[in-house]
Amino acid sequence: MLQRSSHLLEIEGLTQAEILFILDQAKPFQEFQRNPLKKLATLRGKSVALAFFESSTRTRISFATAAARLGADTMSLQAESSSLKKGESLVDTIRTLEAMRPDGFVIRHASSGAAAFIAQRVDVPVLNAGDGMHEHPTQALLDALTIRDRKGKLEDWNVTILGDIIHSRVARSNIHLLSKFGAHITLCGPSMWVPREFEAMAPNVRCTARIEEALEGADVVMVLRVQTERLHEPALSPDDYILRYQLTPERLRLARPEALVLHPGPMIRGLEIDPSVADGPQSAVLEQVTNGLAVRMALLYHLIGRAPADAPHPAKDRSNASD
Amino acid sequence: MRVVEKRQLLSADEISRTLKRLAHEIIEKSGGTTDLALLGIRRRGVPLAQRLAKLMRDSTHVEVPVGTLDITLYRDDLSTVGPQPVLHSSEIDFPVDGRDLVVVDDVLYTGRTIRAAMNALFDLGRPKRIRLCVLIDRGHRELPVEATFVGRHVQTSGTEIVEVRLQEVDGEERVMLVDRVP
Repeated sequence: MLQRSSHLLEIEGLTQAEILFILDQAKPFQEFQRNPLKKLATLRGKSVALAFFESSTRTRISFATAAARLGADTMSLQAESSSLKKGESLVDTIRTLEAMRPDGFVIRHASSGAAAFIAQRVDVPVLNAGDGMHEHPTQALLDALTIRDRKGKLEDWNVTILGDIIHSRVARSNIHLLSKFGAHITLCGPSMWVPREFEAMAPNVRCTARIEEALEGADVVMVLRVQTERLHEPALSPDDYILRYQLTPERLRLARPEALVLHPGPMIRGLEIDPSVADGPQSAVLEQVTNGLAVRMALLYHLIGRAPADAPHPAKDRSNASD
Repeated sequence: MRVVEKRQLLSADEISRTLKRLAHEIIEKSGGTTDLALLGIRRRGVPLAQRLAKLMRDSTHVEVPVGTLDITLYRDDLSTVGPQPVLHSSEIDFPVDGRDLVVVDDVLYTGRTIRAAMNALFDLGRPKRIRLCVLIDRGHRELPVEATFVGRHVQTSGTEIVEVRLQEVDGEERVMLVDRVP
């Protein structure tokens, strides 16, 4: 199922069967998290370079923990302490890490396409941990796993995504994934964040600025983080946002009674989500975290665990590498 | 390389009689069945463990819990060429702490699978005792592992393969000795 590529760069190009394979392979790792002894030796001797050019706490810790529990070592590059601050180019940084002979890369970068760019220049598997406004594939996979577990199936749900859609790679990956499984997707937020172009991304995607309309009949509600610095792009005060778009218990009642509430984190309580919704019985935010670990373990097992191909990587051509 | 069938080691009837004997032996030699549990190793150990539990229930009315163990993550031959083996769940509905476990597999060969199974079990807890029950012991051990309960000892050469075919998995019921010929 993952035979076609040794990388995980995006959801868009994956087939339904490939996605289901990854979710199925995460299941043994979900059970593994309940073991008293959470340490395998499966990837012993392997090392994974965690190259986070953009700051990240949860995704980095999740990948680092996933690698550690499989027995792999990690080498970690973090944006705050990165030599990028000193002006080193992306390619030079990657080559430096590559010279330490990692068996795979996990890449987080502020530029769309960064993970694919690196995948063309290294011989080992690359996992995209979020690239600009493009995709965050492991987030969509862990969301799908959470939906399938909590609601019994992945197909044909009404899914509402609330917030800053245009800047969100989480939204894009989720739209790609869920629309492959017949979802009807409603995108909702201030109109500057929810351009109509999204309706062309997949069948059955619609945009609205009215939260009441967006929530009616929803089976799954995904709340995105609101970055307050972006609220000023066209002016909208946090108070206005709360008033018009916060997911409150009253608004959640417009959705189906058993609707599931997801949030990729970090969650700003009292801004995009009311604390009683975040902690309520419909919320699965902590399951998302545990499932993220399981999905990332499954991906590392299948991608990093595989023996390196003895032939040189066909896409690799350093003479054409541009910074 | 071709694979040819050399001879039948056990018929369906012989498998059934062997399992009956093994079920009796396990109960006899366990000194009480309070903590006893069977763990089948995927794949063919699973139906064998289930059959042993049923035989124990039918003959002595002893109810022995059965679990399933997938040892893929504990194998020592990963990252050779090709894609990684597909993972399955281990399904063990009882705590292994303090249990008297009998691990069940179809064929005992190098002993590496059993080493992996023991590592997997220790990640789940601290069993009181682990014993091994196999339908066929074909020799050629690479690790110091022996089975407590053996259905049949078979002399084999290194190129031969013992194929246990079970109704639940293979749609037929017999044990064959096959050989790889160039």
